Amino acid sequence: MTTSLYDLLITPFEGFSFMRIAIAACLALALSGGPLGVLLLLRRMALDGNVLSHAVMPGAALGFVYAGHSLAALSLGGFASGAMVAGLTGLLSRKRAARQDAGLVVFYLVALALGITLVAFFGSNVDTVRVLFGTVLAINPSALMQIAFVSTATMVALAVFYRSIMLDAFDPVFLRMAGTRGMRALFTLLVLLNLVVSFQTFGTLLAIGPILLPAAAARCWTNRPGLMMALAVLIGMLSSYIGLLLSYHRNLPSGPAIVMVAGACYGASVLVSSGAAALRTRLRGNIR
Amino acid sequence: MHVQDVQVRLGAHLALDGVSGSFRPGSLTAVVGPNGAGKSTLLNVLSGLLRPTNGRVACPARRRNRVAYLPQQTELDRDFPMTVAEVVAVGLWRTIGAYRGLSRPALVRVADAIEAVELQESSHRRIGDLSVGQIRRAFFARLTLQEPEVILLDEPFAAVDMRSVETLLTLIARWHAEGRTIVAVVHDMQQVRAHFPSALLLSRRPVAWGDTGTVLTEDNLARAAAAA
Repeated sequence: MTTSLYDLLITPFEGFSFMRIAIAACLALALSGGPLGVLLLLRRMALDGNVLSHAVMPGAALGFVYAGHSLAALSLGGFASGAMVAGLTGLLSRKRAARQDAGLVVFYLVALALGITLVAFFGSNVDTVRVLFGTVLAINPSALMQIAFVSTATMVALAVFYRSIMLDAFDPVFLRMAGTRGMRALFTLLVLLNLVVSFQTFGTLLAIGPILLPAAAARCWTNRPGLMMALAVLIGMLSSYIGLLLSYHRNLPSGPAIVMVAGACYGASVLVSSGAAALRTRLRGNIR
Repeated sequence: MHVQDVQVRLGAHLALDGVSGSFRPGSLTAVVGPNGAGKSTLLNVLSGLLRPTNGRVACPARRRNRVAYLPQQTELDRDFPMTVAEVVAVGLWRTIGAYRGLSRPALVRVADAIEAVELQESSHRRIGDLSVGQIRRAFFARLTLQEPEVILLDEPFAAVDMRSVETLLTLIARWHAEGRTIVAVVHDMQQVRAHFPSALLLSRRPVAWGDTGTVLTEDNLARAAAAA
């Protein structure tokens, strides 16, 4: 029995280096994605995050077209187009032209269409599937280094600017009047960097998943931001591990498997926490 | 704080036009006027968050980051997980900033500020669990700790219960006595007459500006309503 459990949980990672790299990459992404996801939710910017994740696509596709499978070109291109869209949406919201939502959705659809067109025109069907859904199991060591670097940088930046970033999320007017600027830009930059590396592992369609879903699940359990972030990291890591195991044993695509497990965590969290809340009020009612 | 020929265009809409005058240091002014008169826009311009299309605002306190601005409550995300004590403690930003911790004396100051607005029972409750009046009181406690030179309040009494209004008015009177410059958008004319020595009647342009008694005449109010 113990050996079969060992076979089930450990052997896949013991036997295959691509599984080891995949789990390392996913854990690193979960580490920085958890807190960022919580902040996105607290700021009510889930849609913005989604749009940014697609904004990465056309630039990455251009990088891909001109430099083959070069990691640097892909990342730089993705970052550039993401930054451009982030800037444009920022301008849009400042000009108060047709409140964001419509504009954001337009960006996201056009970016997606443009990206797919570029890849399909210059690449193969396999390439198209890769940019759409990612390749968790084909991360090379240099891509892993990039993920590790972004994750580390994100954690350091969040630790250093935590109070300012939180206050900017809650009361940006106060922070501006106190003379502190640039927190929103810094936060957007962090989200963008994480999306660029997440794009390479999960593809443009799922890149935001490992960031938002664990955070949404964590929010069901606590109202304390710090705890929420820790919980999001934990749920993200757990979903990565279970998702990778599922994909190995059941031969499922790994990125979607991880996102589905995270989605299941969210569903379970909603059900259990709302059930617990209902039970609490019931009990309290009985005592009175 | 001087305002000179301020004009604000929001898209095709002219929100403010030809506003000139000054708020004396230590004055307590109520900004009144019909809906759409540009009252909130004026506070936005005074705070520096909105740059006027034309004209200029001279506010030395702004350069020292000593202006406190409380926008309308509707701008606030009540679901944000912050407790009353946390909201109030933010008022010490000038001394603790982004990195320093709260020392024991600082914690005492926070507790005192909370007590002054009678929220000591609720200091560890989340703002989402409070009434509008209680949240306003928490933000006024934060203002007390900020020790600003200029205070801008946008409809501080909107949707606030009577008892909370009393507390808020007491604090405003105290800040006034301490010599701070206060500008507040207020709707209730009786409150203005009773508690605000100066008034600015606005209807895109200033209709009257000066002592409350001379500003809030039937004649002026009718002119403001007609211009809106």
